[in-house]
Amino acid sequence: MALLSLQAVGISFGGLQAVKQVSFQIQPNQIKALIGPNGAGKTTLFNLITGMLTPDHGVITFLDQPIQGLQPFQIAARGISRTFQIVQLFGHMTVLENVMVGRHLRSRAGLVAAALRLPWTRREEADIRSRSLEWLQFVGLADRAAEYAANLPLGHQRLLEIARALATEPKLLLLDEPAAGLDIAETEGLKDFIFAIRERGITVLLVEHDMSLTMEVAEEIVVLDHGELLAEGTPRDIQRHPDVIAAYLGRDWEK
Amino acid sequence: MKRAHRWLQALLFSLLVVLAGSLLPGTYYVTLLNLIGIHIIIVLGLNLLMGYAGQISLGHAAFFGLGAYASGILTATYKVEPVLALAAGLLLSAGVAILVGIPALKLKGYYLAMATLGFGIIVAIALQQLDWLTGGPSGFMGIPPFSLFGWQFQSPTAGFFLVWAMVGFLLFLSLNIVDSRLGRALRAIHDSETAALAMGVDAQRLKLLIFVVSALYASLAGSLLAHTTNFIAPSSFGFMFSIKLVTMVVVGGMASIWGSFLGAAVLTVLPELLAVFHDLEVVIFGLILMVVMIFLPRGLVRGLLDLWEYRQRKKQGR
Repeated sequence: MALLSLQAVGISFGGLQAVKQVSFQIQPNQIKALIGPNGAGKTTLFNLITGMLTPDHGVITFLDQPIQGLQPFQIAARGISRTFQIVQLFGHMTVLENVMVGRHLRSRAGLVAAALRLPWTRREEADIRSRSLEWLQFVGLADRAAEYAANLPLGHQRLLEIARALATEPKLLLLDEPAAGLDIAETEGLKDFIFAIRERGITVLLVEHDMSLTMEVAEEIVVLDHGELLAEGTPRDIQRHPDVIAAYLGRDWEK
Repeated sequence: MKRAHRWLQALLFSLLVVLAGSLLPGTYYVTLLNLIGIHIIIVLGLNLLMGYAGQISLGHAAFFGLGAYASGILTATYKVEPVLALAAGLLLSAGVAILVGIPALKLKGYYLAMATLGFGIIVAIALQQLDWLTGGPSGFMGIPPFSLFGWQFQSPTAGFFLVWAMVGFLLFLSLNIVDSRLGRALRAIHDSETAALAMGVDAQRLKLLIFVVSALYASLAGSLLAHTTNFIAPSSFGFMFSIKLVTMVVVGGMASIWGSFLGAAVLTVLPELLAVFHDLEVVIFGLILMVVMIFLPRGLVRGLLDLWEYRQRKKQGR
């Protein structure tokens, strides 16, 4: 059974068909990558999967349930979490508090319970705090817990976004260009880190421009070009695929 | 440790209130302190909406007015028990807040400001025009003092204790809300609604919830005003007062509970102190606001804390 499956998904903005007839599947506990030139529709596809956009046609199923048209927070509740290409942290909140927001789905204190600080909400708060600290330790940011998120360097901000997404206990994690803006050492660390996430039984779909990272990490790659699925296969297949080479390097190179 | 700290705060607050209530001479100070307390209640709620959730409202005087008139009309004209009238005011305000909030909170920034502004003006005009019910522009008189289980809060001092007991209670609620899962979700919405949604926060529902909560705070404050002053007029619930409330939030400090406290107190007392300048009063008031906003843009509480920390560091020669 596929964890996530897209069937003939498409969306257009005005006259532009940003994504057309895209179909692919993600198997449980897989690391899959989505690549393609700029403007190929990768982030649009992420937004379709996470409910930020609603497809014009096609079906997206997660755990065999259709999820297209659901609100982003409903999709998050089903077990899909994400990071953003342009980092979207809660800048005025501390590093720890950012991760604690990730526990929102896994806690339930309502207005009245919170306002009266009922005893069980205090226990829940303590639980949120300790679990969030665990995720901060996992990404190695525990010592910066009290700093404001906006004050972290970009590399740490990307890690914090991942910690926050993991705190929701997702089944599927979408990483939108996690290596963008990272130096070589940080990218190297990211690699181990993605494997460590998978070790925890979380399926990963990533969009990435860094080819060496993608080829080493991903078990399967989907190539998009001009909103269409160009190729799908293992990194080796993709590297040899004539259409992919053409899309990246131009037709002239082939001759 | 932290809990002991909270109890200490509560104790200190109660002690101050009791001291002020029993020692203050004359009705002038008591009336002024009542007004401060009533303003603090509204600003506490408005700060949850503005400072924490990041949603502006230029119409909160309307909820203040709905509460005041619901209490006034029901107790004076229809002889309803004050507690029930207060509850009716809360229900009315919550209902109106839901009706207004569902469409308005889909808007952002300036557009939300315009929508709430329009709502505030509509309520202000309605209060003026429904003479048969509200007494029209000349106001509504003869509101009895608040009473609870037969005990009447007749004297100004009794009213004072009623108002400040409510201030203490709502302060407690607000501090708890802010320091909870919901408080974090509100601040998350403020910083990035997109990311908050991706974390599973139902932003639209939460914004509506906190809008209703802030309306309830304002409505309660209105009921307290009606019972402590015994007289209300539509001019107290107009556009200018909505602006003043927003100013109190900003001057005190966005997303600061104690800032709401200070902002409401300072902006209520200041016009009284400036009364000696007669015609220049408004000019000096405006000038003070400008200076505060230029030099303490994060509000009085945060700004003064920053200044203090800066001086401490200087002392240590760093």
